Amino acid sequence: MNDITRNLLIILITCVLTENFVLSQFLGICPFLGVSKKTSSSLGMGLMITFVMFFATILTFPIYYFILMPLNIEFMNTIAFILIIALFVQLTELVLKKYFPALNKSLGIYLPLMTTNCAILGVTIMNVSGEFNFLEAVFNAFCAGLGFLLVMLIFSGIRARMERCDIPASLRGMPITLIAAGILSLSFIGFSGMVEGIFGA
Amino acid sequence: MSKKVKILTKGIIKENPVFFTLLGMCPTLALSSSAQNAVGLGIATLIVLICSNVIISLLKKLIPAQVRLPCYITIIAGFTTFITLLLKAFLPDLYNALGIFLSLIACNCIIFARVEVFASKNGVLDSALDGLGMGLGFTLALFIMGTIREILGAGTWFGLQLPQLTEPMTIFIMPAGGFFALGFVIAAVNKFMKKRPHNISCDNCPHKAMCRRGEDD
Repeated sequence: MNDITRNLLIILITCVLTENFVLSQFLGICPFLGVSKKTSSSLGMGLMITFVMFFATILTFPIYYFILMPLNIEFMNTIAFILIIALFVQLTELVLKKYFPALNKSLGIYLPLMTTNCAILGVTIMNVSGEFNFLEAVFNAFCAGLGFLLVMLIFSGIRARMERCDIPASLRGMPITLIAAGILSLSFIGFSGMVEGIFGA
Repeated sequence: MSKKVKILTKGIIKENPVFFTLLGMCPTLALSSSAQNAVGLGIATLIVLICSNVIISLLKKLIPAQVRLPCYITIIAGFTTFITLLLKAFLPDLYNALGIFLSLIACNCIIFARVEVFASKNGVLDSALDGLGMGLGFTLALFIMGTIREILGAGTWFGLQLPQLTEPMTIFIMPAGGFFALGFVIAAVNKFMKKRPHNISCDNCPHKAMCRRGEDD
């Protein structure tokens, strides 16, 4: 196994299982709790987040290394990135509206929520922290999205089962949802050490 | 005068952004494993919130309604950068501990909600008071969460060793413990407060006005 595949596999396992964006890094909690009631909306939100994360990284990574770094204004990354994400989201919205009305109707509704989603800004900032090259950064963004999608799908299943349960009055609604998320996060601790175990790193 | 006091105090308990409107969950969960980091982030957010509220309230007549989101984003991200640089220069330890969540103040939904709901419609003084109240409410919520998690999980409080009654339960400073602690705190709010926390829904989403979800239904 060469170095590139090894690094990419490590990124895949880390992002999806051991350091999941939602369950261990607490990014993107609002959509995770807000949109996970139904499997269909979980799927739509997860796909949209993966899509925006992927393209946001493709856009922000070169801008950081070829514009902000040479000018010595790396500290402007928050402003620059969030505006680029907003611009990208707006463009996607226009394109979807014009050319893919059906897709727009099913997935486009999640788009306005992407601009100020901390998971997306978070992944773009993490990707320029210096540990990744371009390929790894883009793959990292994609895997972070996949991890998000996986957790959204699992959690929507859990919530569908909880709908029919008899829950004490004060726990109804948000508290029991958070506790269920805690148990899910607990079960993901089971994956820790996987990277070290497989790759001996 | 009493109206001003009301604006200031409503954010602290009655409409606490974390416990009642369920906004700003990401930083609340992520940084509450130690009380010190929690309060640090709370105060940083408070400063960004007051500054953004004041500036946006001053500019509310100049910002065209159609492009208000990009304008708000730029202003909020600008103040976030400002506070990030200040912390890096004067409190490097806190800067390192807060990490990425310092930059992510720029997309804290509490700030968006206050700017959109309050500052864009009210005067400068009221907006500043609203920012102060909501920021204090957020700091209070982070303080409560941080206290619970640090005492149960590490047996310390603001880094001070407390008398050990039992072995600390490490689970509370792990991510899973964050979900549990917040779940039980909101359950307690549910039980002992007259007003019920909202559910996360479109009604209290800061993007309600810009989102097309409502139109389609």
